[in-house]
Amino acid sequence: MTQNAQPAGAEKTPAAPAAAQDAAAQGMSIVARSQGQLVRRRFFRHRGALAGMILFFIVVALAVSTIGAGPIPGWWDKDPMATGQVVDAGRPTLSVLPEFLGGGGLHLGEHPFGQDNIGRDYFALTMRGTQVSLVIALITGLVATFVGTLLGAVAGYFRGWAESVLMRITDVMIAIPTLLIAGLIGVIVAGRGIVIFAVFLGLCLWTQIARLVRGEVLSLREKEYVEAARSVGTRSRRIIFKHILPNTMGVIIVSATLMIASAVLTETALSFLGLGVQAPDTSLGRLISDYRTALTVRPWLFYWPGAFIIAIALSINFIGDGLRDAFDPRQTRVRD
Amino acid sequence: MLVFIARRLFVSIWVFLASSVIVFFLSTQVRDPLAEARALPDGARENAIAEITERMHLDDPILVRYFRWLGDALAGDLGTNRQGQSVNTMLESAFSATVQLIVGATVLSIVVGISIGVISALRQYTALDQTVTFVAFICFSLPLFWVGTLLKQFLAIDFNDWLADPEISPLFIGGISLLTGLFCGSVVLGDRRSRLVAFASSAAAMAVLLAVLSATEWFADPGLGPVVVAITAVAGAIGFTTLVSGLEWQPPLRAALIAAAIGIVAYFALDPVLDNPQLPTIIGLALLTAAVCFGLGWYVGGDLYRRNAIPATVLTGLFAGAVIFTDRMLQSFADYSESVGGRPVSTVGAETPNYEGTFWESGLDSFGHLALPTLALVLISLATYTRYTRASMLEVMNQDYVRTGRAKGLSERAVVTRHVLRNGLIPITTLIAYDIGTIVGGAVVTEQVFGWSAMGSLLFTGIEQGDPMPIMAFFVVSGGAIVVFNMIADIAYAFLDPRIRLS
Repeated sequence: MTQNAQPAGAEKTPAAPAAAQDAAAQGMSIVARSQGQLVRRRFFRHRGALAGMILFFIVVALAVSTIGAGPIPGWWDKDPMATGQVVDAGRPTLSVLPEFLGGGGLHLGEHPFGQDNIGRDYFALTMRGTQVSLVIALITGLVATFVGTLLGAVAGYFRGWAESVLMRITDVMIAIPTLLIAGLIGVIVAGRGIVIFAVFLGLCLWTQIARLVRGEVLSLREKEYVEAARSVGTRSRRIIFKHILPNTMGVIIVSATLMIASAVLTETALSFLGLGVQAPDTSLGRLISDYRTALTVRPWLFYWPGAFIIAIALSINFIGDGLRDAFDPRQTRVRD
Repeated sequence: MLVFIARRLFVSIWVFLASSVIVFFLSTQVRDPLAEARALPDGARENAIAEITERMHLDDPILVRYFRWLGDALAGDLGTNRQGQSVNTMLESAFSATVQLIVGATVLSIVVGISIGVISALRQYTALDQTVTFVAFICFSLPLFWVGTLLKQFLAIDFNDWLADPEISPLFIGGISLLTGLFCGSVVLGDRRSRLVAFASSAAAMAVLLAVLSATEWFADPGLGPVVVAITAVAGAIGFTTLVSGLEWQPPLRAALIAAAIGIVAYFALDPVLDNPQLPTIIGLALLTAAVCFGLGWYVGGDLYRRNAIPATVLTGLFAGAVIFTDRMLQSFADYSESVGGRPVSTVGAETPNYEGTFWESGLDSFGHLALPTLALVLISLATYTRYTRASMLEVMNQDYVRTGRAKGLSERAVVTRHVLRNGLIPITTLIAYDIGTIVGGAVVTEQVFGWSAMGSLLFTGIEQGDPMPIMAFFVVSGGAIVVFNMIADIAYAFLDPRIRLS
């Protein structure tokens, strides 16, 4: 049986030797662990987070390896855009039910997710959509986190007029409905490619993180160690980046993760409404929008992209939940 | 407090104006409003371009156009669209459709979400709690447009088909009964035996109920009838009294039971009035019920129990009224279903065009159109309320004063309703306010999936035609809602939580 050290590092607190003797007297040993190790341990004990992580990696690996990325070819031989002969009314050939249960055995077949009405391979198309949606969500999340963290930290640290100005800007952004501003910008930058679209989407979504980070920084800047740093003449930039931001990492990482999950849903919703990704690019939302009338005749064209959206958003949400539990020092449930 | 509100109001107005500048600028950039006119053949082209330029003041700088819009908007005129139609007229019908859509959905998700959150927190780390958590995560991750389309297929089209021959398959009965049993079994506290009893009895009751409903073809011609109304009213009286004051004391229970009895009498007495009432009649009856029940609770409760008896009685009275209302609605179902060709659950729009019927039938018509979009909206926002309520409840339940309450011998009900719930719901109030603010702009996707011409259609026409006016109308309502409700949230929070110091 082991006992966790205090998160702040047991060797630094004066109470630690006494606790160690105490523990030794009871036949226990104290293992010193760094903050990172503690967080990692708590994260990997969170079953939902672990399952989410595995699911997310499966989706990413599938999307990247099947149709390749850029010049690198993937193992799937069909091109997402190539039309062809519609076989068997475009029914999916994927089979997962073993033969002894009355199924066709475990195989992918010629068109695992079926074909659309002009004979395009829907598996390749879905993978292309997944790639695009993932790339957009990641870039959006990163941009939003970067901008939000920077503005939040500056506002929280400097107070005064800098804070007033930055927080009023945040209020102004919050007052505009997400779908409205993201939709307008989506239409304005239409045709400039998905990266530009994702960057601008990120520039619409940073407000929540800015508020969170500001709140954290507001409380951290009153701490003694910040005062100590200031009293020896450390410059503000160094205090923010070396002393304050590392301590807000937990909040930032968690909200960045959840931001990516909501970015997937925002992007797919915009693309569904025709305000997001434009042809010839495709995304999971566009696929659903393109084939929404197919639900009664070719339901598979409708199901697969939706299933992938849910898989991505769900797995990231679970990872975010696990991270929150792992970073929260008050968390006591997942300790040994 | 007044200074705080005044300052908050002042800031909100400036914030709103600043964001309107951004939206106006962006909406002039989306698309060339002259694109269609430029494609016209020679001769017609110059005229069309000149006309649109004149109407939209395209020759003026954007700032001038903005201030012209602002001046008009402050006077209550939101301008004309590219075709010269008044945006105010467009906004009126769009706004009422959106309000219809979001009011029911918001109320439902608040009530259901908070209830589930509370139950989930009270049974922390049980199988029920974990199931709720998992389902909430799935709801968080659902793409609304995808779920909406699925609901249209399975709940509308397939349900309508099923109504033609409303027989419930044994498999379905078994599944639903099992779920009911599992739910009841996990809500009940106690040893394994009492849980098993709860599981078995609730599952069996559900199975019998469904089997009877199926055998009598209830779904083709539903209704509750006096017996069910009476039983429900009495059960409501007992339930509300338990919730409000507990059953240890006589007067509140007596008052609530009398209210239920009055409800049962009213069921028969009001029969002619309720044949084809108008909306004001219904509202009047509801107010009358509340007033009568208030007096009843005040009188029967006496000095000692007044504080408990009044809410219990009023809740019971309104609940009995709602049951009678539902019964009437259900009784008109067969007629309504026939008049719309046996397809009561609709997938498109806000009402059947040119539909005429009694109060109950047009009520059913709205309900049939609202059911699916409401369900889709509820599915999405339910999860947020559940998670927040659960977290907030758990935080309060760990406070010292809750332990003190238990230690001094308060009943669990008193601890939960009076100490935990009251304090736990403070943060939820602000969440509700924020949420209502954003839902106006967020309902666009739902409107689009279910073919409602509501606020979202203003946005889409504006974008399609490169016309700022409808977009600005959309912004005034949706952005205005966000600003106003954020302000309300801040003020409510400062008001409800005395720990907040206003400086």
